[in-house]
Amino acid sequence: MLELKNIEVMYQNVIYVLKGVSLSVDEGEIVALLGANGAGKTTTLKAISGLLKTEQGDVTRGRIEFMGKKIDHMSPEGIVKMGIVQVMEGQRLFKHLSVDENLRLGAYVRGNRGEVAKDLDMVFNYFPKLKELRNRTSGYLSGGERQMLVVGRALMAHPKFMLLDEPSLGLAPFLVKEIFEILKRINADEGTSILLVEQNAFAALSLAQRGYVMEDGKIVLDGLAQELRENEDIKEFYFGLSSIGQRKSYKGVKHYRRRKRWLA
Amino acid sequence: MDTFLQFFISGILNGGIYALIGIGLVLIFKASGIFNFAVGQLLLVGAFATWAFLKWLELPVWLSVLLAMVVAALVGLIIERLVTRPLIGQPVLSAVMALLALSVMLKGVFAFIFGPATVSYPADVLPGTPVSLSGASFSGELTWGFLIAVIVFGIVTLLFYRSRIGLAMRGTAEDHQLAQATGINVKHIFAITWMAAVLVAAIGGIIIGSKVGIGIHFTPLLGVKVIPVVLFGGLESIKGCFVAGLIVGILESIVGGYVDPNLMVITPYAILLLVLLFRPYGLFGQKRIERI
Repeated sequence: MLELKNIEVMYQNVIYVLKGVSLSVDEGEIVALLGANGAGKTTTLKAISGLLKTEQGDVTRGRIEFMGKKIDHMSPEGIVKMGIVQVMEGQRLFKHLSVDENLRLGAYVRGNRGEVAKDLDMVFNYFPKLKELRNRTSGYLSGGERQMLVVGRALMAHPKFMLLDEPSLGLAPFLVKEIFEILKRINADEGTSILLVEQNAFAALSLAQRGYVMEDGKIVLDGLAQELRENEDIKEFYFGLSSIGQRKSYKGVKHYRRRKRWLA
Repeated sequence: MDTFLQFFISGILNGGIYALIGIGLVLIFKASGIFNFAVGQLLLVGAFATWAFLKWLELPVWLSVLLAMVVAALVGLIIERLVTRPLIGQPVLSAVMALLALSVMLKGVFAFIFGPATVSYPADVLPGTPVSLSGASFSGELTWGFLIAVIVFGIVTLLFYRSRIGLAMRGTAEDHQLAQATGINVKHIFAITWMAAVLVAAIGGIIIGSKVGIGIHFTPLLGVKVIPVVLFGGLESIKGCFVAGLIVGILESIVGGYVDPNLMVITPYAILLLVLLFRPYGLFGQKRIERI
């Protein structure tokens, strides 16, 4: 459904961020994209959604295809029209607008007024709390409510494909669990494919079917979520477990990091 | 009492027109964060276009005004395309400088085409018969102008708060990148905003023109007067613009009538300074949302 073929991204024609990234997501699939800070995960998402162009970034090489069509030179709003919606990092919302207006803006791209009421019901079905908060100014919502709102707003566009950038950021563990449960339901009920960028590798790999690991602008590891969960390196670097599978004891930590198998 | 009523209502009538012109500034500021310093010259666009159609082509009044509206909308689109779009993503100051440059340029163009003398419409654009109310009497043009201003103001407000495109405009006003991520074509929104802004300025220009005539020197001064109005009301607030327009109009008229006509000119600024001391974001300006 979505395919990135060896793409390279540069910001302002100088800063070389992605150095040949290839990945694919099939219809109805949830795929996790993991990696440390600065690995290029967010840039990958922005390359897909076209938002790179708003930050003077460009896909300088390779191609991005969505349902067989090349999209890397389309405008962000054109890409949204095709059915790809990015939920940006940090629960970005239209702060001075109400919850209701935020959701309605999510449906803007479809232009079909008649169905907006129905879609609002669908969103309230996933996030009952938003219904109570309908007329509140969204800027005053709590972190968890904001996250619900941004995912709800994305749903209003009826996306075929959702790009989620760190939906767990700044949320309490039980909220992360709740949000991830809902994402799973959305994926199952609406058939929306999801590409999920996460720092919380454990949560991401329990939701996703497959995963990719990025480092320094490249994909260094990929596989089924199950395999990745059991991978020694992932365990050590992302879950903080030692190779025996127990929580690491800091008493015995050596002062060098175990060499990564995938060093390029 | 009659004199008071006279001053009070004249103030309201004038204030409505300030508010109308102000709403153009508010729309542009909301959408793009740019303060439109060219507003004074934009008043002339509609005023002179109507005059040219009436005088040179000898068209009927309704057609001249209609065509002037078309011209104004086109000018709005051209300004967006040639002046502000290339400056998207650049510092706000560059856009402000570009608009100042535009303003100077327009002045030159108008002086070249229409000359420096004050002209007045060859036909009555608005009915000139004075309207009287319990002993006080008001200029007919001003009364009709006020009614038109209120109606246009109402239409713009409705569009902004009740329509789909208005919602998109408000979204764009808050966060350009997020608006694009939501599928809003920000460039279209800017174009619509500029079109609307020049249109309301044109309507204001025509109203003023039909009352006191059009001149490249004194008509733009009215635009300058609207600057304290919108700052006073709060730059992002349509409601504030209306209230501030009326307050400035009334105070100006009363000060001018009772105290000294020379003080009229400085009244708006004096009020502005006073208000900004206590409410730096204006009467109804947007407070920054901080979550604690």
